[in-house]
Amino acid sequence: MHIDPLEKKWAQIVLAICAFFITIIMIDALFHSVNAPSNVETINSAKLHLSEEFAEDNLGVQIDEKGEITIRMVAGRYSFFPKKITVPAETKLTFRWVSIDVLHGVHIPMTNMSTMIVPGFVAEIETSFPKPGDYPVLCNEYCGLGHDHMWSKIDVVEKDQWQAPQITSKGGDNK
Amino acid sequence: MNDMTERKLALSHMWVAFIAFILACFMGEYQVLERSGLIEALDSPTVYFASVSTHGVLMAYVLTTFFIMGFGYYTASTSLKTPVWNKNLAWAGFWLALAGVVIAAVPLLLGLASVLYTFYPPVQAHYAFYVGATLLIVGSWVWCGIMIMMFLQWKEQNPGEIVPLVMFATTMNAMLWLWTSAGVALESLFLILPWAFGWVDTIDVGLARTLFAWTLHPIVYFWLIPAYTAFYSFVPKHAGSYLFSDELARAAFIVLVVFSLPIGFHHLYMDPEQASGWKLLHSVGTFIVSIPTFITGFTVIASLEVAGRLRGGKGLFGWIGTLPWTNTMVLSVILSLLMLIFGGWGGLVNASYAMNAMIHNTAWVPGHFHLIFAGTTVIMYFSIAYYLWPILTKKPIYSNNLALVQLWTWFIGMSIMTTPWHVLGLLGQPRRISSVVYNNLMTLSWEPYELLMIMGGLVLVGSACLFIYLIFKTQFGATTEVYEAEVEYAESYHEVKDLPEYLNDIKLWNKVIAVLMFISFGIPILQFFFLDTYDSSAWGY
Repeated sequence: MHIDPLEKKWAQIVLAICAFFITIIMIDALFHSVNAPSNVETINSAKLHLSEEFAEDNLGVQIDEKGEITIRMVAGRYSFFPKKITVPAETKLTFRWVSIDVLHGVHIPMTNMSTMIVPGFVAEIETSFPKPGDYPVLCNEYCGLGHDHMWSKIDVVEKDQWQAPQITSKGGDNK
Repeated sequence: MNDMTERKLALSHMWVAFIAFILACFMGEYQVLERSGLIEALDSPTVYFASVSTHGVLMAYVLTTFFIMGFGYYTASTSLKTPVWNKNLAWAGFWLALAGVVIAAVPLLLGLASVLYTFYPPVQAHYAFYVGATLLIVGSWVWCGIMIMMFLQWKEQNPGEIVPLVMFATTMNAMLWLWTSAGVALESLFLILPWAFGWVDTIDVGLARTLFAWTLHPIVYFWLIPAYTAFYSFVPKHAGSYLFSDELARAAFIVLVVFSLPIGFHHLYMDPEQASGWKLLHSVGTFIVSIPTFITGFTVIASLEVAGRLRGGKGLFGWIGTLPWTNTMVLSVILSLLMLIFGGWGGLVNASYAMNAMIHNTAWVPGHFHLIFAGTTVIMYFSIAYYLWPILTKKPIYSNNLALVQLWTWFIGMSIMTTPWHVLGLLGQPRRISSVVYNNLMTLSWEPYELLMIMGGLVLVGSACLFIYLIFKTQFGATTEVYEAEVEYAESYHEVKDLPEYLNDIKLWNKVIAVLMFISFGIPILQFFFLDTYDSSAWGY
């Protein structure tokens, strides 16, 4: 079998390029915890309203005793609920998304807040928004003929201007 | 050899492919117009999503499958110098697949299957759509069987001899397609059809998506392999040179086929039903499968350089100018490689495990696959047609100059359309919307790019019409001239001696694929039988 010396050199360069990319991805994933949303957590999408976590009065932004912020959102044709939320910039946020009906996707443009919302599963993402502003929250998977209209709003405000929602007895928040 | 039937088989398959193609082209232009909101009268999500669903099915499933089958029958019979094995079976496969297309087309055109070509449950289409799509796949399996049969029979009759490269590539593609389509076939038979017929009420959405992801990546290599086959087996001779390396070409096809299969989870990076370890594993494979494309680029450009220098080209870049740019095969490979360089670069962004979050399901994604499929791949389908049509019909090409214009305009149109499409994705525009109704200032920045896309689409529709006109005029034009030629395949620069058996056979690779598929899909599929999953009922749209 014949392999030209030039081909050998090129093959080595190509292997080095691929190894370089894979190394960066691995270092980010394993040591900096830069991962895609992958929590493999199931939930009965037909009974969300009966679930404790995603019952209507438990949706939106919540802050616990340790100051950790969790945002629970329900996607359903054709909006994300609650329709408008306010969060602080430069703060770690944990989003938990569920679908009440079909497959949806959610993306906040110019950020890495992106995940598929698969019925039967909870999609969890940790992120933080560096810049304050009014961002749209867009559905990015075809979910029906009204798909174009499926969007909501998120208001990112300066960290010191953000007012934590009051912790109610149920730990809920429905503003 | 009397190859009447082979020529008729090839022409019938390719006509189905190209008729589907031209219909879908007009739908594409309508969609880009509708989406821009420029003409208010066009505004209709109902028509738009029926059109997008049909466009996707025609381009991705009908154009490709029928072209690949026709191309395979003819190259197999001419390279092995034997008739197609069991011609009646081949025709049965053709009619079965065509019946599938018609059965699926009816609900698609009536708006009863506006579920897009990915048909993700739990949104449900009319059952005829799934039945038709399944028949198309079963028809294509007939082709796979015939290709593998011809390969094995030839090897038995010619022990110790080297299988022609073009046949090796075609057989690898047949094997690839059997493996690839198994994922969607399992999804269809066990999940979707029973649910669409109403025999069961619910469907496991996570499992369905996992099985579809099994098919979703290697399918694009199934479409791409005929283009690569032309790179290796047609281009060198047309450029007036030799194939730089026959052995490395085989190695490239093997790595392409083996590693395109266990990597489908890069389509599920953003999905909650699979864990990050599996996604990382698939991302490594995704980078490995870029290696044969890098090798192909090298070998094809090296073959072209040999040609340019044989024609008197001097200096570092002088050989580029002396290439026969007026040969349709040579021109198309140059344009195809240019689009591959940009499209491949975009693909590396998609493949990157974390960076993918920025562009997932944005307009970047259709921008990427139009560039690399409708650009890189389909432009080679055109030049293969320009090469084969005179041989198949025994009539000279109607106009070589017009064919050159057609290839150039396809390249220019594709550049004008896909560049702004990528930019729109970076600006946050989602891919599958029929209009922009977000009440947000950000969307103002999208408008100029949408106008550019309409322009690009117009150029593409013109180019597509010219293509159909040229092959129609070649075949049915009033000419008395008879064109007599046979298909010629590239000869290797270095004579191929003692080829190791693993570069000449598919059996070993079949086993390697089985092991890799078990490793990368075994537990991710089995988990749905152990997890407490909640199935979804059917939803309309």
